[in-house]
Amino acid sequence: MSDNVLTGLAEIVEEVAGVAADDVTAEKSFVDDLDIDSLSMVEIAVQAEDKFGVKIPDDELANLKTVGDAVNYITSNK
Amino acid sequence: MTSGIEVVITGLGATTPLGGDVTSTWDALLAGKSGVRPLTHDWVEKYELPVKIASQLVVDPTEVLPRVEARRLDRSEQVAIVASRQAWSDAGHNDDTVDKQRLAVIIGTGIGGAITLLTQDDLLETQGLRKVSPLTVPMLMPNGPAAHVGLELKAQAGVHAPVSACASGAEAIAWAYRMIMSGEADVVVAGGAEACITAIPVAGFSQARTMSTRNDEPEKASRPFDTGRDGFVLGEGAGVMVLERREFAEARGAKIYGRLAGIGTSADGYHITAPDPEGVGQSRAIAASLRSGGIDPSDVGHVNCHATSTPVGDVAETVAIRKAIGDHPVLTAPKGALGHLLGAAGAVEAIITVLSIRDGVVPQSLNLENLDPAVSLDVVAGEPRKIKLDAAVNDSFGFGGHNVALAFTPA
Repeated sequence: MSDNVLTGLAEIVEEVAGVAADDVTAEKSFVDDLDIDSLSMVEIAVQAEDKFGVKIPDDELANLKTVGDAVNYITSNK
Repeated sequence: MTSGIEVVITGLGATTPLGGDVTSTWDALLAGKSGVRPLTHDWVEKYELPVKIASQLVVDPTEVLPRVEARRLDRSEQVAIVASRQAWSDAGHNDDTVDKQRLAVIIGTGIGGAITLLTQDDLLETQGLRKVSPLTVPMLMPNGPAAHVGLELKAQAGVHAPVSACASGAEAIAWAYRMIMSGEADVVVAGGAEACITAIPVAGFSQARTMSTRNDEPEKASRPFDTGRDGFVLGEGAGVMVLERREFAEARGAKIYGRLAGIGTSADGYHITAPDPEGVGQSRAIAASLRSGGIDPSDVGHVNCHATSTPVGDVAETVAIRKAIGDHPVLTAPKGALGHLLGAAGAVEAIITVLSIRDGVVPQSLNLENLDPAVSLDVVAGEPRKIKLDAAVNDSFGFGGHNVALAFTPA
Protein backbone atom coordinates (compact mmCIF):
# COMPACT_ATOMS: atom_id res chain seq x y z
CA MET A 1 0.00 0.00 0.00
CA SER A 2 1.30 3.43 -0.96
CA ASP A 3 2.19 5.59 2.04
CA ASN A 4 2.13 8.69 -0.13
CA VAL A 5 -1.44 8.02 -1.24
CA LEU A 6 -2.52 7.24 2.31
CA THR A 7 -0.96 10.46 3.60
CA GLY A 8 -2.50 12.53 0.82
CA LEU A 9 -5.92 10.96 1.31
CA ALA A 10 -5.75 11.53 5.06
CA GLU A 11 -5.10 15.22 4.44
CA ILE A 12 -8.21 15.42 2.27
CA VAL A 13 -10.33 13.62 4.86
CA GLU A 14 -9.11 15.99 7.56
CA GLU A 15 -9.87 19.03 5.40
CA VAL A 16 -13.37 17.89 4.43
CA ALA A 17 -14.59 15.99 7.47
CA GLY A 18 -12.40 17.17 10.32
CA VAL A 19 -11.08 13.70 11.16
CA ALA A 20 -7.51 13.98 12.44
CA ALA A 21 -5.17 12.75 9.70
CA ASP A 22 -3.51 10.33 12.12
CA ASP A 23 -6.84 8.55 12.60
CA VAL A 24 -7.22 7.92 8.88
CA THR A 25 -5.67 4.46 8.70
CA ALA A 26 -6.11 1.66 6.16
CA GLU A 27 -8.49 -0.56 8.14
CA LYS A 28 -10.94 2.24 9.00
CA SER A 29 -14.40 2.31 7.42
CA PHE A 30 -15.34 5.76 6.15
CA VAL A 31 -18.92 5.46 7.36
CA ASP A 32 -18.72 3.25 10.45
CA ASP A 33 -15.41 4.35 11.93
CA LEU A 34 -14.82 7.87 10.65
CA ASP A 35 -18.49 8.97 10.64
CA ILE A 36 -18.25 10.40 7.13
CA ASP A 37 -21.58 10.85 5.33
CA SER A 38 -22.31 10.27 1.65
CA LEU A 39 -22.18 13.99 0.89
CA SER A 40 -18.70 14.33 2.33
CA MET A 41 -17.61 11.20 0.42
CA VAL A 42 -18.48 12.94 -2.84
CA GLU A 43 -16.34 15.90 -1.86
CA ILE A 44 -13.47 13.65 -0.79
CA ALA A 45 -13.64 11.78 -4.11
CA VAL A 46 -13.51 15.00 -6.16
CA GLN A 47 -10.49 16.24 -4.21
CA ALA A 48 -8.80 12.84 -4.52
CA GLU A 49 -9.35 12.86 -8.27
CA ASP A 50 -7.63 16.22 -8.52
CA LYS A 51 -4.79 15.34 -6.17
CA PHE A 52 -3.93 11.92 -7.63
CA GLY A 53 -5.04 12.33 -11.24
CA VAL A 54 -7.50 9.42 -11.15
CA LYS A 55 -11.15 9.03 -12.10
CA ILE A 56 -13.45 7.68 -9.40
CA PRO A 57 -16.83 6.94 -11.02
CA ASP A 58 -19.86 6.77 -8.71
CA ASP A 59 -20.20 2.98 -9.00
CA GLU A 60 -16.56 2.56 -7.97
CA LEU A 61 -16.92 5.08 -5.14
CA ALA A 62 -19.73 2.97 -3.70
CA ASN A 63 -17.30 0.05 -3.33
CA LEU A 64 -14.67 2.00 -1.44
CA LYS A 65 -15.75 1.09 2.10
CA THR A 66 -12.44 1.50 3.89
CA VAL A 67 -9.53 3.87 3.64
CA GLY A 68 -7.46 0.91 2.41
CA ASP A 69 -9.97 0.24 -0.40
CA ALA A 70 -9.57 3.84 -1.53
CA VAL A 71 -5.78 3.80 -1.34
CA ASN A 72 -5.63 0.57 -3.36
CA TYR A 73 -8.05 1.88 -5.99
CA ILE A 74 -6.15 5.15 -6.35
CA THR A 75 -2.76 3.39 -6.47
CA SER A 76 -3.80 0.94 -9.19
CA ASN A 77 -5.68 3.48 -11.33
CA LYS A 78 -3.46 6.54 -11.35
CA MET B 1 -56.72 33.61 28.29
CA THR B 2 -59.14 30.85 28.99
CA SER B 3 -56.66 28.02 28.35
CA GLY B 4 -54.63 28.88 31.42
CA ILE B 5 -51.45 28.35 29.42
CA GLU B 6 -48.83 31.09 29.53
CA VAL B 7 -45.73 31.43 27.36
CA VAL B 8 -42.54 32.67 29.01
CA ILE B 9 -39.03 33.43 27.77
CA THR B 10 -36.23 31.52 29.48
CA GLY B 11 -33.21 31.93 27.20
CA LEU B 12 -31.78 34.51 24.81
CA GLY B 13 -29.07 34.33 22.17
CA ALA B 14 -27.84 36.67 19.46
CA THR B 15 -24.97 37.65 17.24
CA THR B 16 -25.36 41.10 15.75
CA PRO B 17 -23.51 44.06 14.27
CA LEU B 18 -23.37 45.46 17.82
CA GLY B 19 -21.97 42.38 19.56
CA GLY B 20 -21.31 38.67 19.47
CA ASP B 21 -23.92 37.92 22.12
CA VAL B 22 -26.99 39.38 23.81
CA THR B 23 -25.19 41.23 26.61
CA SER B 24 -22.68 42.98 24.36
CA THR B 25 -25.45 43.87 21.89
CA TRP B 26 -27.65 45.33 24.64
CA ASP B 27 -24.76 47.27 26.19
CA ALA B 28 -23.68 48.70 22.83
CA LEU B 29 -27.26 49.68 22.04
CA LEU B 30 -27.64 51.56 25.33
CA ALA B 31 -24.22 53.17 24.80
CA GLY B 32 -25.38 54.63 21.48
CA LYS B 33 -23.01 52.63 19.27
CA SER B 34 -23.69 51.95 15.59
CA GLY B 35 -23.11 48.65 13.79
CA VAL B 36 -22.87 50.28 10.37
CA ARG B 37 -19.47 50.23 8.69
CA PRO B 38 -18.03 50.74 5.20
CA LEU B 39 -18.17 47.74 2.86
CA THR B 40 -14.67 46.73 1.88
CA HIS B 41 -15.64 43.96 -0.59
CA ASP B 42 -14.30 44.25 -4.12
CA TRP B 43 -17.79 43.90 -5.60
CA VAL B 44 -18.77 47.35 -4.36
CA GLU B 45 -16.38 49.05 -6.78
CA LYS B 46 -16.64 46.35 -9.45
CA TYR B 47 -20.36 46.93 -9.96
CA GLU B 48 -20.26 50.61 -9.01
CA LEU B 49 -22.92 50.02 -6.37
CA PRO B 50 -24.46 53.20 -4.99
CA VAL B 51 -24.49 51.68 -1.48
CA LYS B 52 -21.07 51.26 0.11
CA ILE B 53 -22.06 50.59 3.74
CA ALA B 54 -23.65 47.75 5.71
CA SER B 55 -24.26 46.71 9.27
CA GLN B 56 -21.79 43.87 9.69
CA LEU B 57 -21.22 41.31 12.42
CA VAL B 58 -18.72 42.18 15.14
CA VAL B 59 -17.81 38.53 15.69
CA ASP B 60 -17.55 36.44 12.56
CA PRO B 61 -19.30 33.08 13.08
CA THR B 62 -16.29 31.26 11.63
CA GLU B 63 -14.29 32.51 14.64
CA VAL B 64 -16.74 30.78 16.99
CA LEU B 65 -17.56 27.56 15.15
CA PRO B 66 -15.17 24.66 14.53
CA ARG B 67 -13.68 24.82 11.01
CA VAL B 68 -15.32 21.71 9.59
CA GLU B 69 -18.73 22.59 10.99
CA ALA B 70 -18.49 26.09 9.53
CA ARG B 71 -17.57 24.88 6.03
CA ARG B 72 -20.71 22.72 5.90
CA LEU B 73 -22.99 25.65 6.71
CA ASP B 74 -24.12 28.73 4.84
CA ARG B 75 -23.38 31.92 6.76
CA SER B 76 -27.11 32.28 7.58
CA GLU B 77 -26.97 28.81 9.15
CA GLN B 78 -23.77 29.60 11.01
CA VAL B 79 -25.30 32.60 12.77
CA ALA B 80 -28.45 30.59 13.59
CA ILE B 81 -26.35 27.90 15.23
CA VAL B 82 -24.30 30.45 17.17
CA ALA B 83 -27.37 32.27 18.54
CA SER B 84 -29.26 29.05 19.27
CA ARG B 85 -26.42 27.55 21.29
CA GLN B 86 -26.27 30.72 23.37
CA ALA B 87 -30.04 30.72 23.97
CA TRP B 88 -30.19 27.00 24.77
CA SER B 89 -27.39 27.25 27.28
CA ASP B 90 -28.75 30.52 28.72
CA ALA B 91 -32.07 28.73 29.34
CA GLY B 92 -30.24 26.11 31.37
CA HIS B 93 -31.31 23.34 29.03
CA ASN B 94 -29.33 20.24 28.27
CA ASP B 95 -30.00 16.93 26.60
CA ASP B 96 -32.26 15.71 29.41
CA THR B 97 -34.35 18.74 30.34
CA VAL B 98 -37.12 18.26 27.79
CA ASP B 99 -38.71 15.36 25.95
CA LYS B 100 -37.56 15.82 22.34
CA GLN B 101 -41.09 15.13 21.09
CA ARG B 102 -42.23 18.18 23.09
CA LEU B 103 -39.44 20.39 21.68
CA ALA B 104 -39.77 22.45 18.50
CA VAL B 105 -37.47 24.73 16.54
CA ILE B 106 -38.78 27.62 14.44
CA ILE B 107 -36.22 29.84 12.76
CA GLY B 108 -37.11 32.13 9.89
CA THR B 109 -35.02 33.89 7.30
CA GLY B 110 -35.83 36.44 4.65
CA ILE B 111 -33.37 35.50 1.92
CA GLY B 112 -31.78 32.21 3.01
CA GLY B 113 -28.52 30.95 1.58
CA ALA B 114 -27.95 33.58 -1.08
CA ILE B 115 -24.19 33.58 -0.60
CA THR B 116 -24.04 29.81 -1.15
CA LEU B 117 -26.23 30.01 -4.26
CA LEU B 118 -24.00 32.68 -5.78
CA THR B 119 -20.73 31.00 -4.79
CA GLN B 120 -21.80 27.63 -6.18
CA ASP B 121 -23.19 29.18 -9.36
CA ASP B 122 -19.83 30.85 -9.83
CA LEU B 123 -18.04 27.50 -9.35
CA LEU B 124 -20.35 25.83 -11.87
CA GLU B 125 -19.67 28.58 -14.40
CA THR B 126 -15.92 28.67 -13.95
CA GLN B 127 -14.92 25.11 -12.98
CA GLY B 128 -17.86 22.91 -13.92
CA LEU B 129 -20.10 20.39 -12.21
CA ARG B 130 -17.38 18.54 -10.32
CA LYS B 131 -16.60 21.57 -8.19
CA VAL B 132 -20.20 22.17 -7.09
CA SER B 133 -20.54 21.18 -3.44
CA PRO B 134 -22.84 18.25 -2.64
CA LEU B 135 -23.96 20.41 0.29
CA THR B 136 -25.23 23.17 -2.01
CA VAL B 137 -28.93 22.50 -1.50
CA PRO B 138 -28.92 22.07 2.29
CA MET B 139 -26.80 25.21 2.50
CA LEU B 140 -28.99 27.42 0.34
CA MET B 141 -32.47 26.27 1.38
CA PRO B 142 -34.29 28.84 3.54
CA ASN B 143 -35.28 26.16 6.06
CA GLY B 144 -31.57 25.38 6.48
CA PRO B 145 -31.06 27.47 9.66
CA ALA B 146 -34.09 25.86 11.33
CA ALA B 147 -33.17 22.39 10.11
CA HIS B 148 -29.61 22.55 11.41
CA VAL B 149 -30.66 23.84 14.83
CA GLY B 150 -33.48 21.30 14.97
CA LEU B 151 -31.05 18.52 14.16
CA GLU B 152 -28.58 19.63 16.78
CA LEU B 153 -31.27 19.72 19.49
CA LYS B 154 -33.03 16.62 18.08
CA ALA B 155 -36.29 18.57 18.21
CA GLN B 156 -39.20 16.39 17.13
CA ALA B 157 -42.37 18.34 17.93
CA GLY B 158 -41.72 20.20 14.69
CA VAL B 159 -39.08 22.18 12.85
CA HIS B 160 -40.38 25.13 10.86
CA ALA B 161 -39.06 28.06 8.89
CA PRO B 162 -41.41 30.98 8.31
CA VAL B 163 -40.38 33.04 5.32
CA SER B 164 -42.06 36.44 5.40
CA ALA B 165 -39.23 38.77 4.47
CA CYS B 166 -38.42 41.19 7.27
CA ALA B 167 -41.16 39.78 9.50
CA SER B 168 -39.71 36.22 9.44
CA GLY B 169 -37.96 36.35 12.83
CA ALA B 170 -41.02 37.73 14.57
CA GLU B 171 -43.31 35.30 12.79
CA ALA B 172 -41.16 32.45 14.11
CA ILE B 173 -41.78 33.70 17.66
CA ALA B 174 -45.51 34.10 16.96
CA TRP B 175 -45.55 30.54 15.62
CA ALA B 176 -43.80 29.35 18.79
CA TYR B 177 -46.52 31.00 20.86
CA ARG B 178 -49.19 29.17 18.90
CA MET B 179 -47.46 25.81 19.28
CA ILE B 180 -47.21 26.20 23.04
CA MET B 181 -50.74 27.59 23.47
CA SER B 182 -52.20 24.76 21.37
CA GLY B 183 -50.37 22.16 23.42
CA GLU B 184 -48.13 20.95 20.57
CA ALA B 185 -44.89 21.74 22.42
CA ASP B 186 -43.56 22.60 25.87
CA VAL B 187 -40.38 24.27 24.68
CA VAL B 188 -39.72 26.10 21.41
CA VAL B 189 -36.42 27.54 20.22
CA ALA B 190 -37.48 30.38 17.93
CA GLY B 191 -35.94 33.28 16.09
CA GLY B 192 -34.49 34.52 12.83
CA ALA B 193 -31.22 34.42 10.93
CA GLU B 194 -29.91 36.42 8.00
CA ALA B 195 -26.55 36.80 6.31
CA CYS B 196 -26.75 37.98 2.72
CA ILE B 197 -24.45 40.98 2.53
CA THR B 198 -23.30 40.39 -1.01
CA ALA B 199 -23.57 42.07 -4.37
CA ILE B 200 -26.97 41.02 -5.70
CA PRO B 201 -29.11 41.81 -2.61
CA VAL B 202 -27.37 45.18 -2.31
CA ALA B 203 -27.87 45.80 -6.04
CA GLY B 204 -31.52 44.71 -5.91
CA PHE B 205 -32.46 46.75 -2.86
CA SER B 206 -30.58 49.71 -4.36
CA GLN B 207 -32.51 49.47 -7.59
CA ALA B 208 -35.72 49.45 -5.55
CA ARG B 209 -34.46 52.72 -4.03
CA THR B 210 -34.94 51.41 -0.51
CA MET B 211 -31.39 51.80 0.86
CA SER B 212 -29.52 54.67 2.41
CA THR B 213 -26.63 56.04 0.35
CA ARG B 214 -25.16 58.11 3.15
CA ASN B 215 -21.83 56.43 2.44
CA ASP B 216 -19.66 59.18 3.87
CA GLU B 217 -21.23 58.86 7.34
CA PRO B 218 -21.93 55.14 7.84
CA GLU B 219 -22.79 55.38 11.54
CA LYS B 220 -25.37 58.09 10.78
CA ALA B 221 -26.96 56.39 7.77
CA SER B 222 -29.72 54.50 9.59
CA ARG B 223 -31.92 57.16 11.18
CA PRO B 224 -35.52 56.04 11.69
CA PHE B 225 -38.10 58.79 12.24
CA ASP B 226 -35.53 61.51 11.46
CA THR B 227 -36.32 64.07 8.76
CA GLY B 228 -32.98 63.24 7.09
CA ARG B 229 -33.65 59.51 6.65
CA ASP B 230 -33.05 58.14 3.15
CA GLY B 231 -33.49 54.37 3.39
CA PHE B 232 -32.43 51.36 5.40
CA VAL B 233 -28.98 49.88 5.93
CA LEU B 234 -28.59 46.18 5.18
CA GLY B 235 -27.48 44.13 8.17
CA GLU B 236 -26.71 40.56 9.14
CA GLY B 237 -27.05 38.45 12.28
CA ALA B 238 -29.33 36.20 14.26
CA GLY B 239 -31.55 36.33 17.31
CA VAL B 240 -33.01 33.30 19.06
CA MET B 241 -35.12 32.91 22.17
CA VAL B 242 -36.23 29.88 24.13
CA LEU B 243 -39.96 30.00 24.85
CA GLU B 244 -41.67 27.63 27.26
CA ARG B 245 -44.99 26.83 28.80
CA ARG B 246 -44.81 28.65 32.15
CA GLU B 247 -45.62 25.59 34.26
CA PHE B 248 -42.91 23.61 32.50
CA ALA B 249 -40.30 26.33 33.01
CA GLU B 250 -41.20 26.83 36.65
CA ALA B 251 -41.16 23.12 37.37
CA ARG B 252 -37.55 22.90 36.23
CA GLY B 253 -36.63 26.06 38.13
CA ALA B 254 -35.74 28.10 35.05
CA LYS B 255 -35.10 31.82 35.26
CA ILE B 256 -37.78 33.77 33.44
CA TYR B 257 -36.98 36.93 31.47
CA GLY B 258 -40.55 37.86 30.68
CA ARG B 259 -43.78 36.67 29.19
CA LEU B 260 -44.94 36.63 25.60
CA ALA B 261 -48.51 37.52 26.48
CA GLY B 262 -50.01 37.78 23.01
CA ILE B 263 -49.30 37.78 19.30
CA GLY B 264 -51.01 39.23 16.27
CA THR B 265 -50.46 38.61 12.58
CA SER B 266 -52.12 40.10 9.52
CA ALA B 267 -51.53 40.86 5.86
CA ASP B 268 -51.94 44.20 4.13
CA GLY B 269 -53.41 43.06 0.81
CA TYR B 270 -52.09 46.34 -0.53
CA HIS B 271 -48.73 46.29 -2.39
CA ILE B 272 -45.77 43.95 -2.79
CA THR B 273 -43.25 46.34 -1.21
CA ALA B 274 -44.99 49.51 -0.05
CA PRO B 275 -46.79 49.60 3.30
CA ASP B 276 -50.39 50.72 3.40
CA PRO B 277 -49.98 54.42 4.33
CA GLU B 278 -53.10 54.17 6.49
CA GLY B 279 -51.48 51.35 8.50
CA VAL B 280 -54.69 49.31 8.48
CA GLY B 281 -53.10 45.85 8.35
CA GLN B 282 -50.35 46.80 10.77
CA SER B 283 -52.82 48.19 13.30
CA ARG B 284 -54.88 45.01 13.05
CA ALA B 285 -51.81 42.93 13.92
CA ILE B 286 -50.98 45.17 16.89
CA ALA B 287 -54.59 45.13 18.14
CA ALA B 288 -54.71 41.35 17.79
CA SER B 289 -51.55 40.95 19.88
CA LEU B 290 -53.14 42.96 22.69
CA ARG B 291 -56.46 41.13 22.41
CA SER B 292 -54.84 37.68 22.52
CA GLY B 293 -52.72 38.80 25.48
CA GLY B 294 -55.64 40.29 27.41
CA ILE B 295 -53.78 43.62 27.46
CA ASP B 296 -55.60 46.93 27.58
CA PRO B 297 -54.07 49.42 25.09
CA SER B 298 -53.73 51.95 27.90
CA ASP B 299 -51.27 49.59 29.65
CA VAL B 300 -48.85 49.49 26.70
CA GLY B 301 -46.00 51.77 27.75
CA HIS B 302 -43.64 51.12 24.88
CA VAL B 303 -43.46 50.05 21.25
CA ASN B 304 -40.22 48.67 19.84
CA CYS B 305 -40.80 49.77 16.25
CA HIS B 306 -40.07 48.10 12.96
CA ALA B 307 -39.14 51.54 11.54
CA THR B 308 -36.40 50.87 9.00
CA SER B 309 -35.46 54.47 8.17
CA THR B 310 -37.38 54.62 4.91
CA PRO B 311 -39.37 57.79 4.20
CA VAL B 312 -42.78 56.08 3.78
CA GLY B 313 -42.61 53.08 6.11
CA ASP B 314 -41.68 54.88 9.32
CA VAL B 315 -44.69 57.19 9.16
CA ALA B 316 -47.14 54.44 8.20
CA GLU B 317 -46.13 52.52 11.32
CA THR B 318 -46.86 55.46 13.59
CA VAL B 319 -50.31 55.76 12.03
CA ALA B 320 -50.89 52.09 12.88
CA ILE B 321 -49.60 52.51 16.44
CA ARG B 322 -51.87 55.47 17.03
CA LYS B 323 -54.85 53.52 15.70
CA ALA B 324 -54.26 50.34 17.69
CA ILE B 325 -52.79 51.69 20.93
CA GLY B 326 -52.99 55.47 21.09
CA ASP B 327 -50.45 58.28 21.33
CA HIS B 328 -49.11 57.44 24.80
CA PRO B 329 -46.49 54.68 24.18
CA VAL B 330 -42.82 55.58 24.23
CA LEU B 331 -41.21 54.50 20.94
CA THR B 332 -37.78 53.41 19.86
CA ALA B 333 -36.38 52.07 16.58
CA PRO B 334 -33.39 49.77 17.18
CA LYS B 335 -32.54 49.74 13.47
CA GLY B 336 -30.90 53.15 13.96
CA ALA B 337 -28.06 51.26 15.62
CA LEU B 338 -28.43 47.73 14.26
CA GLY B 339 -29.31 48.41 10.65
CA HIS B 340 -31.89 46.13 9.10
CA LEU B 341 -31.26 42.45 9.80
CA LEU B 342 -34.15 41.43 7.48
CA GLY B 343 -35.34 37.99 8.58
CA ALA B 344 -33.39 38.25 11.84
CA ALA B 345 -34.61 41.74 12.70
CA GLY B 346 -37.87 40.76 14.39
CA ALA B 347 -36.15 38.21 16.61
CA VAL B 348 -33.26 40.44 17.67
CA GLU B 349 -35.67 43.31 18.34
CA ALA B 350 -38.01 41.03 20.31
CA ILE B 351 -35.03 40.22 22.54
CA ILE B 352 -34.39 43.94 22.97
CA THR B 353 -38.05 44.47 23.91
CA VAL B 354 -37.85 41.73 26.54
CA LEU B 355 -34.72 43.34 28.02
CA SER B 356 -36.40 46.77 28.02
CA ILE B 357 -39.17 45.35 30.21
CA ARG B 358 -36.76 43.45 32.44
CA ASP B 359 -34.44 46.42 33.02
CA GLY B 360 -37.04 49.18 32.83
CA VAL B 361 -35.15 51.07 30.15
CA VAL B 362 -35.92 51.93 26.54
CA PRO B 363 -32.83 52.43 24.32
CA GLN B 364 -32.59 55.62 22.31
CA SER B 365 -33.44 55.58 18.63
CA LEU B 366 -29.97 56.26 17.22
CA ASN B 367 -29.49 59.25 14.92
CA LEU B 368 -32.85 60.81 15.73
CA GLU B 369 -31.89 64.47 15.55
CA ASN B 370 -34.92 66.08 13.96
CA LEU B 371 -38.16 64.18 14.49
CA ASP B 372 -40.27 64.01 11.35
CA PRO B 373 -43.29 66.21 12.17
CA ALA B 374 -45.54 63.56 10.55
CA VAL B 375 -44.56 61.18 13.38
CA SER B 376 -45.69 63.30 16.35
CA LEU B 377 -45.21 60.49 18.88
CA ASP B 378 -42.77 60.24 21.78
CA VAL B 379 -39.62 58.62 20.33
CA VAL B 380 -36.66 58.19 22.70
CA ALA B 381 -33.71 60.22 21.41
CA GLY B 382 -30.22 61.01 22.64
CA GLU B 383 -29.94 58.59 25.55
CA PRO B 384 -31.86 55.65 27.01
CA ARG B 385 -34.95 56.43 29.07
CA LYS B 386 -35.77 54.69 32.33
CA ILE B 387 -39.40 53.66 32.42
CA LYS B 388 -41.25 50.89 34.23
CA LEU B 389 -43.14 48.87 31.66
CA ASP B 390 -46.27 46.80 32.28
CA ALA B 391 -46.51 45.82 28.63
CA ALA B 392 -44.55 46.47 25.44
CA VAL B 393 -45.18 45.64 21.81
CA ASN B 394 -42.61 44.72 19.16
CA ASP B 395 -43.61 45.40 15.55
CA SER B 396 -42.24 43.61 12.49
CA PHE B 397 -43.38 44.06 8.92
CA GLY B 398 -42.13 42.55 5.67
CA PHE B 399 -42.16 42.96 1.90
CA GLY B 400 -45.30 41.18 0.78
CA GLY B 401 -47.42 42.98 3.37
CA HIS B 402 -46.72 40.59 6.26
CA ASN B 403 -47.40 42.11 9.68
CA VAL B 404 -46.47 40.62 13.05
CA ALA B 405 -46.86 42.14 16.51
CA LEU B 406 -45.59 40.53 19.70
CA ALA B 407 -46.92 41.73 23.07
CA PHE B 408 -44.59 41.17 26.02
CA THR B 409 -45.22 41.63 29.75
CA PRO B 410 -42.97 41.23 32.81
CA ALA B 411 -42.08 37.79 34.11
